[in-house]
Order: sequence, then structure tokens, then C-alpha cells
Amino acid sequence: MTEQKLDIEKRSEFDIEINGTVGKPFVDHPKMSSRNCDVFYGDKQAIFDVNLDIANNEIIAMIGPSGCGKSTYLRVLNRMNDTIPICRVMGEHTLDGENIYDKKQDPVLLRARVGMVFQKPNPFPKSIYDNVAYGARLHGLASNRSELDEVVESSLIKAGLFKEVKDDLNKPGTGLSGGQQQRLCIARAIAVDPEVILMDEPTSALDPIATALIEELMDELKENYTIAIVTHSMQQAARVSQRTAYFHMGKLVEVNETDKIFTNPEHQLTENYITGRFG
Amino acid sequence: MSTTTKKIERHLKKRYAKEKRFRLYGIISLLISFSFLAVLLFTIFSKGLPAFQQTYIKLDVVLSESALGVNKDSSIDDLYSANYSKVIKNSLKEMFPGVKGRKKKIALKNLVSKSAAYDLRDKVIAQPSLIGTKQSYWFLAKDDVDVFMKGDIDRTLHESSRRIKDYQLAWIDKLLKEGRLEKRFNTVLFTAGDSREPEQAGMGGAIVGSLLTMLVTLLLSFPIGVATAAYLEEFAPQNNRWVDLIEVNINNLAAVPSIVFGLLGLAVYINIFGIPRSTPLLGGLVLTLMTLPTIIIASRAAIKSVPPSIKEAAIGLGASPVQVLFQHTLPLAMPGILTGTIIGMAQALGETAPLLMIGMVAFVSDIPSSIFDPSTVMPVQIYLWSDSPERAFTERTSAAIMILLGFLVLMNLIAIVLRKKFERKW
Repeated sequence: MTEQKLDIEKRSEFDIEINGTVGKPFVDHPKMSSRNCDVFYGDKQAIFDVNLDIANNEIIAMIGPSGCGKSTYLRVLNRMNDTIPICRVMGEHTLDGENIYDKKQDPVLLRARVGMVFQKPNPFPKSIYDNVAYGARLHGLASNRSELDEVVESSLIKAGLFKEVKDDLNKPGTGLSGGQQQRLCIARAIAVDPEVILMDEPTSALDPIATALIEELMDELKENYTIAIVTHSMQQAARVSQRTAYFHMGKLVEVNETDKIFTNPEHQLTENYITGRFG
Repeated sequence: MSTTTKKIERHLKKRYAKEKRFRLYGIISLLISFSFLAVLLFTIFSKGLPAFQQTYIKLDVVLSESALGVNKDSSIDDLYSANYSKVIKNSLKEMFPGVKGRKKKIALKNLVSKSAAYDLRDKVIAQPSLIGTKQSYWFLAKDDVDVFMKGDIDRTLHESSRRIKDYQLAWIDKLLKEGRLEKRFNTVLFTAGDSREPEQAGMGGAIVGSLLTMLVTLLLSFPIGVATAAYLEEFAPQNNRWVDLIEVNINNLAAVPSIVFGLLGLAVYINIFGIPRSTPLLGGLVLTLMTLPTIIIASRAAIKSVPPSIKEAAIGLGASPVQVLFQHTLPLAMPGILTGTIIGMAQALGETAPLLMIGMVAFVSDIPSSIFDPSTVMPVQIYLWSDSPERAFTERTSAAIMILLGFLVLMNLIAIVLRKKFERKW
């Protein structure tokens, strides 16, 4: 350790090499997995050879400095990068063992099983009811009005929003506060009954109290769903996740149990990041 | 205060003076343009308002069987061709006995419009029991009488420089004294088709023709325009040579002189496809090509302005691209699309040149009942009337312009109402 520290004082942090992923990137019976993931935007490569497993019913946090590719990687998991014409995704990615980039795989069906919550709350300019019911209506999950009511109600309850809005279900979704809007987006994603929920910095636009509510929510949700969350806040990663993956410049540096990453990281870069030397 | 601040203070005076001058120029230009507008509207309205009233003359007619040549039980064909003008001539002779000479007799007959005989015919056919009775009816007066009543013939001029001679003036004065001349609201202007006689001429045919043409144009250009815009914005491959070619051509189409579309209509629609000329169908097809670029360009801008976060949310929930388009993008882009459509429609309403080429300049006196009937449109009607020599057509031309302007204002109001209705806040 001392030798390494001496070396660091002489060289810059960024000279530290990344040779493969350190820690435990793989698990038995993963819910989703990626092997040899490369992502290109035109000629520029954004993700370099990422191998990662996401276990069932766990919350895995992806942390790293800005521009390190964590959001790009997250979007690989539900094929959202398909909407960007210059983006190319390589590698094998599976959900329950099935290749999600297979030509026969319907991305629409995939996105019904792998839901997404975005950084800035984006409720539709419709009523709260119609927002939550949209996914259910889209996929034909309810055959009549009362079933739809049930779906909407249970989703709002699971998202912890029902009590606050139960008398105002016809008010526009855009009239809620930021934290409520984000919970509405979570309810909307849950209403489709996905298996995995991807969250891209869901609380970065919210105040601490709204953030705390959503973190509580995530803890309850993990009983029934698998959650992958990208976050800038290391404290948040430490609070909510079981495993944490650290990305750096498009490469996956280290994956370990959250406790271990934040108390005794294996890679020097990880240690530099969590102690605040950069990022 | 430091010296810098003093410098700034002095410079500040110059800056404020500059701004004041700029504001002044702006206000002056506004005043000039408003005064032009005011002069334009004033001339049109002052010339056109009299046309909304029409002079009617009251005649006592004796529907005698001997004069008409038919009786109550005659067939419809006979009733149709009975001699109603004789009845009217008799009525006038009774009011003004002792009129001698061919010229004066014709002048006497010309106090009343030629349509009076047809009016009488329609009344008798509707109620044959009227034959043998004496009735009082109000008929349309001839245009010379009408023009005089509106003050456009100067009494003080010498007889040889007036259209209405002294003996005619005497008759008119007598009719006025007996209360047999009165001005009423001119419904003929709105209901009748075109006519060589000014008092019988109306915009009815042109209004219906314009509406039918607009309908065809709207039904064709709106779906095609919006679909094209949606395709180019959402589904077309980027940086593709063919797509770029289409885009350049659409933008160029917006700059093509409108008469070229008329030539296209002549060469392709009439010659190759054999679509009947002068019809609203043909007019609509020609105007569609003119309106498409406007709608496409406005719709593209509206679709581009839909926030991508909404589309991402929909895709993330599992909506297919077509569902995103119809359930999210188009509803949110509606205000912009509608504005572009109404602008295009308003332009098309006032288009004359291309329609002249395809034959809508013909004299059409019937009101069209379908898109396959020959018809004319409002701007063309205005052009035809402005060409006519009769004095009474001057005011009618201005009145027709007022009606056209009224339609344009109405269309803009509809656009504003629709915009407000579809406006969303996100």
C-alpha cells in the first residue's frame, strides 16, 4: 500500500490503469447481464468492454464522474439508445437469459418489462389518472374501467402518492410539485408491472425531503422489482443500494458490495473518487 | 462619484436620446401604416356600404286572365310561359297614363327590373288562385333608379349629361310622393348568382363556390401536409440524399408564382386527367399544391417544438413510434399546425391568378350545388364586377371586397379560438 501511495504522489491520478473490472461484477442467476458491451456515438466510443450482472430483487447503484458513461450504459438495458440514430450498441445483453438485442426481440415489449424513470420529472400534460393509466391502456392491461381504476390506485399507493392526490385524480399531472411529479412518474412506470426499473438520477432535481421520500420508496420497491439506479450522490448510493458499480471514462472499474466499496475499495481510482479527489 | 461614473453618466444621456429617437421612428412608421390602412378601409366601406341596400318599387298588378293568357286551371307549362311582363307594363301604364313614343315607353318599362316578371311568375305558380285578382307587390327597381336613389346621379346637371331624363325624374318624384319607392336590405347580394343586370347580381354563387373550393383544398392539403411533416421530422432517415431533395423541393414550392400552378392545372389536371374545368374540384386540386408548402413548413416547426422528454417518457413506457406520434406529438403540436393551416387557407381564399387559368373566370349565373358544377370564387367575382360598365357595379365591387375581408377576418378568428382551445401548458 505504501509503495502505491508513493507512486501516486509522483504521477497524476488519471495515469492509473484500468485492467479489467475489479471486485465481483458477476452473480449467480442474474436478472440482467451484459458481456463485452461497447457503445459508439458515431466514431467516438463511449463504453469500453463492460461486463456486469444485475441480480434479482437488488438495488445496484452506478456511480462515477460526469461523462463516464453510466447513463449511456443504463439506456443500453432497455434499448433507449435505439432512438439515437448515430448510436451503436455491441455486446451480449440478456434479460432472464434471453438476448434483448436479438432481431426477433420487440423493443416495445422489452420496455414494458424494463421500465425507466428519468432525471427530470416528465409527466404527460394530462390528468394524474391518465398519466398513470397511460401504460396500462397502451398495453391493454385492463379490460374495463374498474380494473383500470384498481391499477391506477395500486400504482399510486406503491409510489407513495395516493394519499396526497386521491381527491384530485383529474387535475393535470404537471400541476404537482417536483417531488410529487417524480413519484407520479414512478407510479406511471410501475403501472405497467415491469420486472426491472431503471432510474437515471431520479432525485438530482429534487429537494432533500422529496429525495428522502423517494429513497424510502426504492427500499420498499426492491421487494418486488429489480432496480438499477444511476446517481451522482455517493451518499445516496450508500443509503439505498446493495451493490455499487463504479464507472470511469467509459470503463467499469470496480463492482462490489456497497459497504465494501465505500469503506475498503479495491481499486485506487475508486478510492480517489469516493474520497473526493475528483469527480 | 468616480470619473468613470461621470463618463458613464454623460454617455448615458446620448444613449437615452438614441433610444427615444428609435421609439419615435417606430411610432411614426406605425402611424403611417395605420393611416394607409384607415384610408383603404374608409374608401372601401364608404363605397361599399350603399350596396347593402336596394331600391324596391311597389306596383299594383291586375292578374287578369286576358292579359296573362292563362287561367287558374292551366297546366304548369302554360303558367310558366304566360305573359307576366304585359301585366307589369299594364300596371305601370295605369300609374302613368298618356306616355307616348317608343323611347318613353321603354323608359317607363325600365323603372322596374327585368326580374319582376320572373318574380311574378313564381308567385303565380305557387298560388294559381291569384289569377283574376288585383295585388300589390314590391319588385326590384332597375339599377338606374337605384343609383339615383343613392344620390349618384346629379339632378342639377343638364339633361343631356344624365342617364335619367327629366320625364323619368318626374315619374320617380311621383312614386316617391306616393310612397312606392323604398330602400331595403339587399338580400339579393348574398343569395343570387352573377348577372348582367346589377340589381339582380349577387355573390351567392361566388360565396358557395369559394366555400366548396376551400373544402376540397382543406380535405386534401391538411392530411397530406401533416403526414409529410410528421414523416420528415420523425421517420425519415437523416442525411439521406433523397430526403434532402424532397425537403429542398418543398421549400422551393413555397416560392413558386401562383399562376404557374394554374398552368399545371391546365396541362395536367384538365388535359391528362380530364377533370371538368371551372369546378371547385379542379380549383381545390390546384390550390392544394399552393397550400401544401405552408402547412408542411408550419407543421414541421410545431412538431419540432414538442419537448423530447415527453416522447422519451412515452417510448420508455413501451409506446411504438407511431403511437408516440398520434398520442403525444401531434396533439401537442396541434396549435402550430392549425395556425399554419388557417394561414394557408386564408391565402388560398384570396388566390385569383391560378383559378383564372383553369377557367373559373367564366360568367356563372347559377349557384353551384356540388364540387362538380362550374362555379366561380369571390376574388374572381370581384375582378369581373370591377370590369363591368354599369354604375351600380361600382358599389357592388366594394361590397364584395368587404364580404371577402369579412370571411378572412372570420377565418383568423377561428384560428385564434382553436389555438386557445388546444393550448397546453407543460
